[in-house]
Amino acid sequence: MTATVTGLDIAHRIDQKFPAAVAEAIPEAATIDAARLVEVCTFLRDDPELEFKFLSSLTGVDCLDSFEVVYHLEAFRHNRITCIKVKTMDRDNPAVPSVTPVWPGANLQEREAYDLLGIHFEGHPDLRRIFLWEGFAGHPLRKDYLTLPGGIMPGLERFPGEPGPDIKELRGTQ
Amino acid sequence: MTLQTEPFVVNLGPQHPSTHGVFRLRIVLDGEVIKDADMVMGYLHRSMEKLAEERTYTQNIPFTDRTDYVAAMTGNLAYVMAVEKLVGVEVPERALWLRTIMAELQRLASHCMAVGIFANDCGAWQTPVMHMLRDREKILDLFEMACGARLTVNYMRIGGVSRDIPPEFIPMATKLVKDDMPKRLDEYENLLLENEIIVARSRGVGVLTPEQAIAHSVSGPLLRASGVAWDVRKADPYAAYDKVDFDIAVGKHGDVYDRFAVRMAEMRQSLRILEQALEMIPAGPVTSQVGPSTVQPIGTPTGPLAFRPPAGEAYARIESPRGELGFYIVSDGSPAPFRFHIRSPSFINLSPLKLMSVGGTVADAIVILGSVDIVVGEVDR
Repeated sequence: MTATVTGLDIAHRIDQKFPAAVAEAIPEAATIDAARLVEVCTFLRDDPELEFKFLSSLTGVDCLDSFEVVYHLEAFRHNRITCIKVKTMDRDNPAVPSVTPVWPGANLQEREAYDLLGIHFEGHPDLRRIFLWEGFAGHPLRKDYLTLPGGIMPGLERFPGEPGPDIKELRGTQ
Repeated sequence: MTLQTEPFVVNLGPQHPSTHGVFRLRIVLDGEVIKDADMVMGYLHRSMEKLAEERTYTQNIPFTDRTDYVAAMTGNLAYVMAVEKLVGVEVPERALWLRTIMAELQRLASHCMAVGIFANDCGAWQTPVMHMLRDREKILDLFEMACGARLTVNYMRIGGVSRDIPPEFIPMATKLVKDDMPKRLDEYENLLLENEIIVARSRGVGVLTPEQAIAHSVSGPLLRASGVAWDVRKADPYAAYDKVDFDIAVGKHGDVYDRFAVRMAEMRQSLRILEQALEMIPAGPVTSQVGPSTVQPIGTPTGPLAFRPPAGEAYARIESPRGELGFYIVSDGSPAPFRFHIRSPSFINLSPLKLMSVGGTVADAIVILGSVDIVVGEVDR
């Protein structure tokens, strides 16, 4: 069975090498300070006891007040999987460093996150839209993206009687 | 006298038989040699991840049929496993075995398609693929028997499978697995493995070293063809894979030919798994009861019931015929996922396409793309 390295464990390992690089650690994932991301990822990839050489998945999440980029990493030799995250609080111009120099496989996935969520990956060699065409208005996976022609009316819930994500205050940013 | 050449651009696709769907490869050529390759995708982008955020967990299962429509069973399986991880459901033993059987039948069907179309790309126009589609039909008959649909099966459920198989299923599947398919595979191996045209077109073409393959997040038959013995079924057994005996098919050279050979070998291994699974499958229920805390009405107390996983996140991955298929789901406790992300192997396996193609010829680009075995529905989602 693949052993899951919890966010707390991986945060502990990172802390030993890079003090104060971990912003927050919960069992699901360790959140890394964006400024230190590339050196932390290089450490996770190259450290002989970790060897997270395989970037399984990279994706973004719109957390309403911020954006998260989520990385799932695998170490084949030790049969381990772990998850790290980066957070950016800037909704208007979200930007995180690109990990393409660490894992070339991040290239297409970062372009996807840029296309659908509008997160800028600084240092990406070729950051263009990938599924939608250049000039497409907005980034559809954002929670405040208007899914209906007239736009979601303020207060329209996803299910009748169920509170949805509070999009009212976000509408102004689109 | 030297001939002067200058680079020019060729668009391969979006409508082109060897792009396996609406996918465009924009290549820059110098004479016959590829200097640059750029992928243009999104022609089949249906915004599944956004749509899934506005539907309940159960309503999202049919979407997973339609991402990788050549292997719908494995798409279903990966998604329900992610939700089960989130909710914490125990799946009954018989359902686990049924999932194993369906996933392996699906792998056979999908590899039939992959190998047949690959032979097409090599110039063996239509004959091998027609033979292989004949076998795939038999597997789709079994799916129809189990769930009423052949392609978009919608068979897996959170906590089990939609219904038990009819009594005729096991004898028919056993006949397919023990009598028909092994003979057919012998035939295909004789026809294709040593085939002079296939060997000439694919040996030493599109080579990917193990280091390059891992760095580019490549998975599935591509990764194994490069000599990395990594298979999620072995490394992180799900369903009933820990109870069956099989080997990981591994290549040596990481070229197009090895990918094709690995797929042929994997079909043999799938038959091995199926033989065991069809004998070992126990009797019992195929769905499990989920606690009332996770199934709550929508809106009013008399509203329709829906899954409400506790707030949190889960990432589950399986070995689909194309590679590591993962689902990352974030729940906020509402009836719909807050975030629904598909780690699709077809999309990510395209990462090293430029690396593999540059320096080759146009004819090489066709077989390289064929060896990646993309399904555009899964690339674009």
